[in-house]
Amino acid sequence: MPTQSLVEIRDVNFSYDQRPILNGINMSFGKGKLIAVMGGSGCGKTTLLRLIGGALKPTKGEVRIDGQVIHELDMAGLYAMRRKMGMLFQFGALFTDMSVYDNVAFQMREHTDLPDEIIHDLVMMKLHAVGLRGTHHLMPTELSGGMARRVALARTVALDPMLIMYDEPFAGLDPISLSVVGQLIRKLNDALGATSVIVTHDVQESLKIVDYVYFIAEGVIVAEGTPAEIIASDKPYVHQFVHGEMDGPIPFHYAAANSYAQDLGVNV
Amino acid sequence: MERTTLDLWVGVFVVAGFAALVVLALKVGNLSTYNVSETYQLQAHFQNIGGLKSNASVRSAGVLVGRVTSISLDTERYEAKVTMSIDKRYQFPKDTFANILTSGLLGEQYIGLMAGGDDKMLQGGEEFKKTQSAVVLEELIGKFLFNKADSAQ
Amino acid sequence: MPIAKSLRAIGRRSINSVWRLGFATRFLALTLFYSGTSFRRFHLTVKEIFSSGVMSLIIILVSGMFVGMVLGLQGYETLKRYGSESALGSLVALSLVRELGPVLAALLFASRAGSAMTAEIGLMKATEQISAMEMMAVNPIARVVAPRFWAGVISMPLLAALFSAMGVFGGYVVGVVVIGVDEGSFWSQMQGAVDFQHDVMNGVLKSFVFGVAVTAIALFEGFDAPPTAEGVSGATTRTVVQSSLAILMLDFILTAFMFRGA
Repeated sequence: MPTQSLVEIRDVNFSYDQRPILNGINMSFGKGKLIAVMGGSGCGKTTLLRLIGGALKPTKGEVRIDGQVIHELDMAGLYAMRRKMGMLFQFGALFTDMSVYDNVAFQMREHTDLPDEIIHDLVMMKLHAVGLRGTHHLMPTELSGGMARRVALARTVALDPMLIMYDEPFAGLDPISLSVVGQLIRKLNDALGATSVIVTHDVQESLKIVDYVYFIAEGVIVAEGTPAEIIASDKPYVHQFVHGEMDGPIPFHYAAANSYAQDLGVNV
Repeated sequence: MERTTLDLWVGVFVVAGFAALVVLALKVGNLSTYNVSETYQLQAHFQNIGGLKSNASVRSAGVLVGRVTSISLDTERYEAKVTMSIDKRYQFPKDTFANILTSGLLGEQYIGLMAGGDDKMLQGGEEFKKTQSAVVLEELIGKFLFNKADSAQ
Repeated sequence: MPIAKSLRAIGRRSINSVWRLGFATRFLALTLFYSGTSFRRFHLTVKEIFSSGVMSLIIILVSGMFVGMVLGLQGYETLKRYGSESALGSLVALSLVRELGPVLAALLFASRAGSAMTAEIGLMKATEQISAMEMMAVNPIARVVAPRFWAGVISMPLLAALFSAMGVFGGYVVGVVVIGVDEGSFWSQMQGAVDFQHDVMNGVLKSFVFGVAVTAIALFEGFDAPPTAEGVSGATTRTVVQSSLAILMLDFILTAFMFRGA
């Protein structure tokens, strides 16, 4: 492997109530890279993030971060590992009972004994990085969706994590906010020297910023490669996904028990 | 960390809550009548205490002078032994009567002290020699009916 | 077979409730275990005392006042028949301090603060705030649940005391000021009847137990709520219903122990 990898996912299976979600996933995220995991809704992308974050345990296989197997860590070890990770949740998950300032300061106050002045400066730096220094006194409910996402981004990188995970960072954003968030993800990753994983189904935006792409469908990796390779790919699934075609390997119609004619009561 | 208006409100709340407890204790409850002045113990034996309960008041000429602290059965005499604590400020002659009285027709029972004329005063731990038991309503009615039956013959 | 089917449904429901009860017990034990933070960083608890205790003040004070006034009015009407209006003070004070203060304050607290706690935690869960906290290596039970628990437990006896004091004042206003019962006998009868240890402290103990029950139920329901709109609203309803039932049942048990043979 040319670059040392931070996250190693080896042969991971995961099933939920005996319903298989992931099946033999192998991935490797190189240090400093920005990786996208793509797939349709319900293909197991978010489950993958939860496995990396240690919120779920794989049924088979292992996830290694920085050489350590996540599901073998005890509570203290897992919490120590999580302090080096940041995760941006789908809709930001800002703490609604705290101001923007307190949200960004949250981890600094929980995990460090830094004096208030230093926390103040750090929070302002993080907010400045996402362009929202002026909102520090507002409550999350007073922000627009795009602004809330950027504040959540500032909170995610508050402790300069080595691994940043993004769960659908582009969901529900207008085109301008969308490209702002996209650019920020790239910039923050490079500025912090971190490794980032984006789980998304927004193909166009993520292909612009990422280094490597994995495609998941029905729990297995169906394609992988650099953005250029993906765009050029002639695999039917990837083609359908990238170009947003209505019908293809992923059928438009959900499998029905009866034929259309039978359901309408038409005798053929 | 700095003080906020929120802290002020919580402080006001806690102070008000404790103030309410103090009011309940002093103004509503009887904590103010405890240990306000020093007391001494006196005893009395009664043939029947009726419905007297511990903590009942001890009054002399209607003035609250103490409280009943304990009630037990003296198995030597098979009489009720009542211990009361009396305010140190009040002294009673040796021949003081201790009666169990009722406030109102159905009210609670208390001990009424009727001072006698002796020169010597009762000391702590001593006993009222002259006592009168509670009036038990059932006995009274029984007696009344018995008399009626007698006079009818 | 419809009978077999309904029997099976009953069986499943009973197993489910026992299961939930066990989970709730573990949740309460964890809350107590992770309570250190609530006291080490007491401002977290103070903030929750504000939102559960201070914010309930108005409803508690106003309700206490009116309950006392009703007691004064009703008590007077009844006592007048026996010519013992002077006992009004003891009637008002005893019923408030022993029963109505702790019980009604707890019922109001359950519907004012308990339901708010459930909804808040349920929504925090639904909007992934709880998961986000876990991913930030912060234990949500220590950071979110335990301070709320202790805030409820601290607030409840204070609120009950305020309710009783306010009620006595309401009874005084109606009995003495409006109706004209003798002021001296009102207070002296009250003081003669209410014992500090036996009545006042037992009332405080009751409200402490109710505080534990209401906040534990509210927090558990919030934490266990399905992360949907119906889930959270259902959990809020369950908080009010279950804590009201718990308050009344516990009240019976505590009363049976405390005032037995007195």
